[in-house]
Amino acid sequence: MTVFRVGVHITPRRGLLDPQGKAVEGALHSLGFPGVSDVHVGRYVVIETRAADAGAAADSVRGMCERLLANPVTEDFEIETAAPT
Amino acid sequence: MKFGIVTFPGSNCDYDAYRAVVDSLGEAAVYLWHKNHDLQGSDVVILPGGFSYGDYLRAGAIARFSPVMHEVAEHARRGGPVLGICNGFQIACEAGLLPGALLRNESLRFVSAPIAVRVENANTLFTSGYADGQRIVLPIAHGDGRFTADDATLDEIEGSGRIVFRYVDDAGEATAAGNPNGSSRNIAGIINDGGNVIGMMPHPERALDRLLGSDDGLALFESMLARVAA
Repeated sequence: MTVFRVGVHITPRRGLLDPQGKAVEGALHSLGFPGVSDVHVGRYVVIETRAADAGAAADSVRGMCERLLANPVTEDFEIETAAPT
Repeated sequence: MKFGIVTFPGSNCDYDAYRAVVDSLGEAAVYLWHKNHDLQGSDVVILPGGFSYGDYLRAGAIARFSPVMHEVAEHARRGGPVLGICNGFQIACEAGLLPGALLRNESLRFVSAPIAVRVENANTLFTSGYADGQRIVLPIAHGDGRFTADDATLDEIEGSGRIVFRYVDDAGEATAAGNPNGSSRNIAGIINDGGNVIGMMPHPERALDRLLGSDDGLALFESMLARVAA
């Protein structure tokens, strides 16, 4: 068993109103970044987990996302490649 | 009749719910510590408002895995009544006892105010003391109250009379002006398919005395008493 570090991006589902993203977008416009559009704010979770290999580590994190880390009704998640620590 | 009120770390309306049951209804209530696998023989379970686990990750996401929630889910499966108020509604959604999810208010602001809701279905365990279409005033106090579900789910709960309360404006209409948080279809409260689990963002337990602004919440508790005791 090896310890892997796995990052996971959790973002609001596209199509759902994301007021936080909208507020950040407005602030960026007023800061002088007029080209900015479609801003979304999510969260990034880093997990260290023991697993036989990188695939098993990612599978395990997928289970964590489905059960706790992301809300299946409103959020999507993307798991980064697991790296041994 | 015995009401069990779950106390999670961060619950802050458990005492209000207790007083509502004991003082206003004259019934028995017990606190159920979230770590205990025991409903202490409660007939009704109340998931109270608050900020369980500091709303970390998402409101209700961690509380839903508290040990007592296993028994609450069992109780619900057996048809036992569950009343989820505010954070309790969020927890019930996270636990899959109710469909949908509660997201950050559209305004991004915490809203604490008395608001008007319309009783959309007075033929439930929790609302038989009201009349269909009755406009009542209850306090809300939340930052994450925007009910969200996919269109198919919204159509299903609407078509089956499971939207129990809607936010309304001064004229009693479910308009954007009457919607304090951007909730889909102005939804303030819904009930499950079995009719025994209700979730609502407004606080009926804080509206039991006209001296404190409204006693419109009393009928909800009396409805439960009438139906569960019968």
